[in-house]
This record gives sequence, C-alpha cells and structure tokens, in this order.
Amino acid sequence: MTLNGWAQIALVLALVVAAALPLGRYIAAISAGRVTFLAPIERLILGVGGIDPARGMGWRAYTLAMLAANATGFVLLYALLRLQGVLPFNPQGFAGLSPWLAFNTAVSFVTNTNWQAYSGESAMSYLSQMAGLGVQNFLSASTGIALALAVSRAFASGGLRDLGNFWADFTRITLYLLLPLAIALGIAFVAMGIPQTLAPYAEATTLEGGRQVIPLGPAAFQVAIKHLGTNGGGFFGANSAHPFEGPSALATALQIWAQAVIPFALALAFGHIVGDRRQGRALMLVMLGYVLLGTGLIYAAEAAGNPLHIAAGLDPAMGNMEGKEVRFGLALTALFTATTTGASCGAVNAMIDSFTPLGGLVPMFLIQLGEVLPGGVGSGLYGMLVFALLAVFVAGLMVGRTPEYLGKKVQAREVKLAMLAVLVLPATILGFAAVSLVLPAAIASIQEAGPHGLSEMLYAYTSAAGNNGSAFGGLTADTPWLNTTLGIAMLLGRFAYVVPVMAIAGAVAAKPKLAASSGTFPTHGPLFAGLLAGVILILGGLQFMPALALGPLAEHFVLLAGKTF
Amino acid sequence: MDMMPAMAEAPARRGARNATALADPAILRHALAEAVLKLDPRRLLRNPVIFVTEIVALLVTVLAIRSAVLGQAWSFGAAIALWLWLTVLFATFAEAVAEGRGRAQADSLRRARSEARAKLLLRPDERSLWQPRDATELRVGDHVLVEAGDLIPSDGEVVEGIASVNEAAVTGESAPVIRESGGDRSAVTGGTLVVSDWIVVRITAAPGSTFLDRMIALVEGAARQKTPNEIALDILLAGLTIVFLIAVATLVGLASWNGQPPSVPVLAALLVTLIPTTIGGLLSAIGIAGMDRLVRFNVLATSGRAVEAAGDVDVLLLDKTGTITLGNRQAAAFIPARGVAERDLAEAAALASLADETPEGRSVLLFARERHGIEARTLPAGAVVVPFTAQTRISGLDLPEGRFRKGAVDALLRSLGGEVPEGFREAVDRIARAGGTPLAVARDGRLLGAIELKDIVKPGIRARFDELRRMGIRTVMVTGDNRLTAAAIAAEAGVDDFIAEATPEDKLAYIRRVQGEGRLVAMAGDGTNDAPALAQADVGLAMQTGTQAAREAGNMVDLDSDPTKLIEVVEIGKQLLITRGALTTFSIANDVAKYFAILPAIFVASYPELGALNVMHLASPESAILSAVIFNALIIVALVPLALRGVRYVPIGAAALLRRNLLIYGLGGIAAPFLGIKLVDLLLHLIGVA
Repeated sequence: MTLNGWAQIALVLALVVAAALPLGRYIAAISAGRVTFLAPIERLILGVGGIDPARGMGWRAYTLAMLAANATGFVLLYALLRLQGVLPFNPQGFAGLSPWLAFNTAVSFVTNTNWQAYSGESAMSYLSQMAGLGVQNFLSASTGIALALAVSRAFASGGLRDLGNFWADFTRITLYLLLPLAIALGIAFVAMGIPQTLAPYAEATTLEGGRQVIPLGPAAFQVAIKHLGTNGGGFFGANSAHPFEGPSALATALQIWAQAVIPFALALAFGHIVGDRRQGRALMLVMLGYVLLGTGLIYAAEAAGNPLHIAAGLDPAMGNMEGKEVRFGLALTALFTATTTGASCGAVNAMIDSFTPLGGLVPMFLIQLGEVLPGGVGSGLYGMLVFALLAVFVAGLMVGRTPEYLGKKVQAREVKLAMLAVLVLPATILGFAAVSLVLPAAIASIQEAGPHGLSEMLYAYTSAAGNNGSAFGGLTADTPWLNTTLGIAMLLGRFAYVVPVMAIAGAVAAKPKLAASSGTFPTHGPLFAGLLAGVILILGGLQFMPALALGPLAEHFVLLAGKTF
Repeated sequence: MDMMPAMAEAPARRGARNATALADPAILRHALAEAVLKLDPRRLLRNPVIFVTEIVALLVTVLAIRSAVLGQAWSFGAAIALWLWLTVLFATFAEAVAEGRGRAQADSLRRARSEARAKLLLRPDERSLWQPRDATELRVGDHVLVEAGDLIPSDGEVVEGIASVNEAAVTGESAPVIRESGGDRSAVTGGTLVVSDWIVVRITAAPGSTFLDRMIALVEGAARQKTPNEIALDILLAGLTIVFLIAVATLVGLASWNGQPPSVPVLAALLVTLIPTTIGGLLSAIGIAGMDRLVRFNVLATSGRAVEAAGDVDVLLLDKTGTITLGNRQAAAFIPARGVAERDLAEAAALASLADETPEGRSVLLFARERHGIEARTLPAGAVVVPFTAQTRISGLDLPEGRFRKGAVDALLRSLGGEVPEGFREAVDRIARAGGTPLAVARDGRLLGAIELKDIVKPGIRARFDELRRMGIRTVMVTGDNRLTAAAIAAEAGVDDFIAEATPEDKLAYIRRVQGEGRLVAMAGDGTNDAPALAQADVGLAMQTGTQAAREAGNMVDLDSDPTKLIEVVEIGKQLLITRGALTTFSIANDVAKYFAILPAIFVASYPELGALNVMHLASPESAILSAVIFNALIIVALVPLALRGVRYVPIGAAALLRRNLLIYGLGGIAAPFLGIKLVDLLLHLIGVA
C-alpha cells in the first residue's frame, strides 16, 4: 500500500460524498414532485398511461404496479433476446439466445443484477444492447429508487394512507435523475475514448501481419447507465477491464464515482424526506465506513501479494497483479471492487477470481451482508432501513421503551416482515450453493479444485441473490442448471426481498408518528451508526461464516502453508 | 379527588413482606421438579428456540444410543446430548423459578379466599333475615351482611352501613380502613376482614373472577399471556433460529465439496450454540419477574401489556394533593395588620391554634416556634375551646387573658364588624394570588393580621421530576386550585405543565389531546369520576381505597393507595424492557466467540491449516465443541438472577443509557464467551475429559 494509492481512494470517495450532498437534496425534491423542468414530457408519458400522479397507492397497489412494470419488461426483453437474429441493428448477424440464456439474461437485467452468462461482443446485437439491456438498465434502476422513495415516505409522517404513485415516481426518476446524469456521463465517456457507434466491428491488420476483429458498438452511453444505475452489465465481456470500456484510470475513477454516488445520495435523500438530515447522514456514515474498510482490506490483501509468487522470485513490492490492469493499479482496483460489490453494481475492472483468498473474500462478504453498503440504487437504502429497524428493535429495548424508529413503533408485524426479508439471502445463497456442490451437473461447471472451487460456486449465488452481477470467474455459467437456478436466485433476491419490505412500509406508514423526547432511542450520530454497523455484521454476516471458512478462509490458511490444489 | 394523604406516606416500602430470597431452597426444589415437567414438547412449543434445542437434543441422544448399541464411539455424542438436555432444562428451570416466587404468595391469598362464609340476605333491606352460604356460591347482585369478625365473602359495593375493615390479606397493611356506603370508599374486597360494626354489601364479582382470584392468577403467572413486545421478540428469535438452521443444514453440502461433512452431534452443537438460547431460555422468566416486581411493590397490573406500556409512558398526570404536595397546607408567614407587632400576631395565632388538632393548626404552632421562639403552652385549666364548624368557619380559645380567634378572612371580619385596617385587604389578596390561603387572626375582637397557609411541595419531588425529564417523561400537575395558585405550585415543584381548576372532563380531554399527539399517558385516580380518565389513560393506576368503578377502569391497582408510586411503576416498566433488550443483545453478541471456538474444530479435519482460527487455543476439537456447548448451557443459569432481579435502571437519558448498556451487554456479550469457553476448556482439560 502506498500513500499515493490511499490518496487516490480518498479523492474519489471525497468526490462521491461531495456530489451526494446536493444530489440527495435533489432526489428528495423529485420525490416530493417539486422538480418539474420536463413537466410537458412527464405529463405526456403519464397521460398516455392514463395515470393521475396525485393519486396515491397503498403498499399493495404500489407493489403490484411495480411487479407489473417489471413483468412487462421481462417479457419484452426475453422476446427481444430470443428474436434478435431476425431483428435489425445486428451487423455481426448474431443468432437469438437459447431459452436458458435468454431467461437468465432477461431476469438478470430486470432485477438490476446484470449477471452475464454471455459475452456481449460475441452474443448481443446492437438492438439487444440498446433497446433491450440499455432500456432495462434505466428501468430496473428507476424501480429500485422508486421503491426506496416509497419506503422513505412511510417514515415521514404519521397515519399515512398511501406511499405515493409508483408510475409517477418511476417516470420522474428516469426523467429527472437518470437520463440527465447518464447523458452527461455518456458524453464524458465518449470524450475519454469509449466507442459510441452503430458501425460493424472493425477489422485490422496487426504489425505481425495477422488479422484482428475489434468489437465496437454503442457502448459509451450504456456504460454510463451501467454504473449510475448500479447495473454493472458490461457492454463487452471483460466489462470495465476491456480497454474500450475502461480506457483510462480517469475513466475508472469516474465509473467508481458513478456507481457509488446515487446509493449514497439516496441515504441523504432519506434524511431530507423524513425531515431530519442527521438520520440520513448516520446511514451514509455506516455505508461509507464499510466501503472504506472493505477497500482497505482488499488493498492490503492484494498489496501483500501471493506468498507462493513471492517465493518464486516475483517482486513483492508489486503485490498481486494477476488479473488486474496495470493502468488502474492496486488502489483503484481495490476501491472499484469494494464499491462495485458494496453497491450492488457488479461491474468489474479486474478478475476477482485471481485475487488473493482474502482479497476475494471481502467482495463476496460485502454482497452477503445484504447489499446495503451502500447497496444498489434504491435497494441499498431500503435494505439498510430493514437493518435499522432490526438494530432499533434489538438494542432499542435497552433504553426502556418499546423500540421506535423515527417515531414509528417497531412491533411484531415489522419484525416478522424484516426477518422474512433477512432470510432471503442466506436461504437462497447457501441453499443453492450447497445443492450445487453435491450435484454432478453443477460440479462440472467448477474449474478449480479445493476451497477455491467452493468460492467460485458460492460467489455465483451470492452475486445472483444479492442482485450484484459481478462474476468471480472460473465458473462455466451458461448451463441449464446454473442459468435457471441463478435466474431464480436473482428473482428471489429482488422480489422476495422487496415484497416484505413494502409490507413494512405499508405498516409503518399507517402508524402514528410519535414525538421524540430525551427518552427516545437516538438514531442519529456515531453511537447508532456503530450499533447499526454491528447489527449488519452479526445479523447479516454471521450466518455466512461457516461457508466462508470452507472457501476463502480455508484457502488463505492453506496458501500460507504453501499448499496448492 | 381524595387521595387519602395519610395513607400515602405510611406504607412507603413494604415490599419486604413478600420478599423471597433468590435462592430460597424450597422454591428451588419445587422449581426443579417443575422444570422437568416443562420438558414436555407440547409445553415448549411456546418457545421456538428452546423447542428446537430439545428436538436436536433428542436426535443426538438417539444417535448416541445407536452408536453405543452398534459398538461405535459414542461418548462424545453422549456428552453433547447431555449438555443439550441441560440447556433445555436450565431454560425451563429459569421459568419455573420465576413462577415459583409468586406461588408462595398465591397460596396465602388462596387461604383467605377459601375460608370465607357468607350471610346471604334474603331481602336486601332486611338485615335480620339471612342464611349461610359458601362464598363460592354467591351471584352478582346478591346482598350479604358482613359483621365484625366476618371475612367479606366476595368483591362488592357497600350499600348500607359503615365498618372498619382490615385489608391486610390483600394489601399487607394491617391498620384498618373505613368502608361506608356512598362516596369514594364504598368498594370492598373479598377475603378482607371486618373488624368493627357491620355493612351490607352488594356482590359485584362472579365467583372465580374476584379481585383476589385475579391476584392469585397474576402472581402465579397462570393467566400470563405474551405481551406485544414479547411476541415481537419471539418472532425475531424464531427468525434467527431459522437463519442458523439454514447455515448449519447447508454446511452438509458445502463441506462435502472437500472432505467429509461434519457429524450430526457436531452440527447439533454448532446449531444450538448459534441460536439465541440464552434469551430464548430467559425470556418468559424476565416477563414473570417483571410482573412479580410490581406485585412485590404492592401494585397489581391486570396484564403484562400494562407493565410494558408503563415503560413507554411520555406524560404523567399527577394529582397535586398527596402526590406533589404534602396533603395539607402549612403556615408559611404572619402578616400583621397596620400597627400590630408581628410577634403579637404570632402569639395570638399560636394561642388560637392551641386546641386545633388539624394539620393546619399544628403547622401554625410549629411555625410560631420556629420563627418567633414561641413555645406552645399546655392547655391551661379554665380555657374554653371554640371549635371549628362549617357554619362559623372560625375556631379559637377563650383564656383569662383574652379571647383568641382565627378563621376564614370573610367569616372573621363579618363576626368582628367595624373597620378593616388599611392595607389588610390588599395583603390578603396578595396571599391568595400567590397560591396561599389567608387566615385572619383576632384577639378580643380586634383584628391582628393574617396567617399565610401554603401548600408544601414534598421534599425531593423536584429531583424526581428532573430525573423523569431526563428520561423524556413530562409531568403534569392536576389540581382543583385556580390558575394562579396552580402556577405558583407548579413552578415550585418543577412540573412541566399543569391543569388548574380541573374537572374530570378536563382530565379526560387533556389525556385525549396528548394521546392525539402520539404520546402515552399514565395517571392515578381513585374516585368514580376518575374512571373515564383512568380508562382512557394508557396506564391507569387505581387506588385500592378507591371505588369499584375506578378499580375496574384502571389497568393497575395500587394496594398501598399511594399515587406517587406511578413514578416507580414507570421505572419498573422500563426495567422490564431494558432487561429484555440487554439479554437479547448479550445473547446475539455471544455468537462471535462461539464461531471462533467451533468452526476451526469442525473443519480442522479437512483443512488442518484452519487451526489458525483457534485463537483461544482450545485443547482439542472435541473439547472446543464441548466447551462451547457447556458455556452456552451454563450462561443461562448464570443469568437467571439477573433476569429475575432485572437490569439496574438509571435515569440518565436514553443516549447515555444506550451507550452504557451497549458497552456492558454488547461488547461484554462479545468478550464474555471468549473467557468462559476458554475456562471451561481448561477445566475439561484439567479433569482429563479432553
């Protein structure tokens, strides 16, 4: 680790926080319907659907509308992927996807996971990229943010009958937040050298006289929303490690900024929406702390390098550079990896499979902790609120009152729903991974023997259920078993989680908002932030310890002992 | 509102009458037997964590027996099984101990009930015509005659007569109280003893639902239902149990990737140490003990829900008289009329009060001595006492040296006639405005001046209110006084708000308004006209001396009839919740250390290098696993005293309280098992088991 490296990390994070401050206020304004500079377009879109934005929806109606929008998106995307062979904008003449892969990919982009069992440049037509994947990148992000705003509003005041109008939230977030940011960022990426063209792949003659096909495409704008919406699905198979998708250290820094800024801003927006900015700051503090911790751990593990390499005579000062881009270096790669897994983005600029065991453990654990650090756009905030409710419930009793969060009593119904939501990740990840590690059809996909092989499988379901989408690598994912079960894991991770969360929002909204006093459990400030961080670790992380002990931890200690498989 | 101020001070802390030591051998013996009976899985279903533990214990036992029969190694499995059973037993034992402490009380109450025989009146208005009946055969609406020496057979309302009643069976207070028809002291309780005179009682409670029955059920915990907060906590614990069930069950698949999956006893040990058995085992004991603490404090809550609500209270409505101020007004100043020396006035006032046995009269004598060194004389022979009557509103003493009078200002002035000295009216008005009561004093028909009587705020009450404020609880004084008087006393006592010239309707409206702002309200009351407000309040503490209507409306009854106790009731409610939260936090925080004990032990066969995680340097994999299980079982027993006694409550504000408890039970919960498991491991090693 170097001072220079830490300075890079500090600079990028400082820029994230600096931008999140005004952006949080802006998102709160969108939530309240106070942003109107594209009102005619908004009216047109809502008018076509016959939507009255002022008509509020209860949690059931809001959730059903969200599910309907996502189901429609899934059907359209599935059809497009299957039919891309006969559709235009397909200069390379790619055939339609197999049913398994189309299902997996459609689920993946609808659930904001962007797990990719395909390689973009050898499977996707430009139409599929733009009208299919690109559009879903916007819509899945808007879905997440809309849900988070609905949940936030439930805490704002007492006796609320509705959570707002899903269609209005959905439209406004796309129109006022994601589109302007994506356009600006896309232009910046074009300037940095990311291609944006409909021309067919270029053919070049190399210096040695060989022929080379260089994939191109409308990449820059898709890469912009890929990060802003914490989607993470790369235009090219190598994702941000591809020279056209991550052309420079500056572009990488900008991508880190883009994938972290909205999740952080949403935490602050929460503070604005509930009328107490300190509440949002406390949540952001926890997110930031974990991102810093995760980055530091990855950075330290990778900088320490692989003892076997060092024993073989490699320069220990280099650290473990296997699978990493020399252009980005260890520090930016560590920060990229911590934010992409912490933020449920899933874009990668390095091969996590090639990280040291501990360096690979951290991103996996960050996802397993519930994708709340800072989590995906929207999903990070509402996931964090679930943990906040549990933290308040467990420890809040210790001040001698029925626990309440922001004046809303936390009672049996909320605890039940929160526990239901918390159960989704361990049940999905551990359940599928355990079955896949004894099922011959699944074992065949694993490349490595020993604990690293277990990590590959564990990571795949972790990434899918956490709606992250990043790949550890080393796993042949395009098989019927993995395509299907990973698809199911993604659906469970998104919708089995969000339905109880919305039910919580419904219950919380209807409750009276109790006035705070000096006897109330304080949920701002460092004490609560520390408590919340501990609860996330204990309620969100401990159940994965046995699995992690068998994977990366075992690998780490075995490696230290000089053993390989 | 009549708060019987004399009662309020007498039985300050008589909780001792029921005090049972934590380690009373009789109770423990009984509890142990009861704990074994509670192992019945159908009874354990109420408690998901311990239920799962029992099922797992059963499974491990069966497997150990099978191994023994097949001639395989069985001792480790048997040891795990034994300690899993002990874990369950310790949990049921904790509950049994908590229940046992109430049982002794219940038994003595039951005796009072069973002895009662009734004299059933055939006609309510004819006292001479009665026939004997068993108390249990009485119906609501029956009229019974109760004479000196009789036990009152059931709860009821006095409809005729007046009697002094010894209510020690219920309240523990042996000084008899007056019960009479009409007014606010007409309620009588079954099982109490009439010591003089007679009364006719109309029965108001059906057999089996009397106050005494309710009390027995309460102290025994028979009628115990889970409170809302307990239900929520149970769900959390059940959820955690499922989470760890998943983590342990999937381990079979995960571990078979590289080597053999761990054996069932080992997985069972991991599961039981991870699920929150500590709080799961102590949860119901905490609840029972909370109710019990209240009972020992001579307050009966109709439900655990009410006790929890007490912890949540934001606003306390307190009656001024008897709660905030001492029951009576006391002399606070002498204001001489123009041309009169203050000492002359003081002497005259003292003489006028010499035969006055009321607290006000005593206070005049006391004040005269304190201020002017005037010693009270013994009543001289030949003195003629002029008693106070409601008509004259004047009292005094005729002595050879003069006629001394004191009384209400207008009454005395009227009896004197003649001129009122200049400035006297103004002085008297000033007293009234400041919240006092002026009494005029005269000697031989000449007005000497006035005595100022003032409400005296109870010593120490202001500090209590400050404490409450730190805990976020607002205090509101309720009084029939006018606004000026009320404001003066409110400022002196340091309450946050007051309701002056309060009618029962005002109280009800105030409670509704505060509740509308999302706050919980507690109040104490005893009169029939308090009943609506008592019912409306989230915590309504009715006085045992009060009317039947008030006792029905409130959700708690104070057997000592001391409204000040409302403050302690709130503290007991808070303590109950704090204890629950602290032990939950402790229990969950324990898991960290258990991982460090068990995980390396489980996987060291597949990956010997994972031994590096054995930071406690436990002797062997077997001893590590066994130590974790043993610690997990013993910690339940170790925490029983804390669960029964409750975590100490200190009114230092929520933020400070949270920091303190997080430090003790959160960080302590992480650290304690590291020490404990290591210690058990050392012992196992020492005695050569491992």
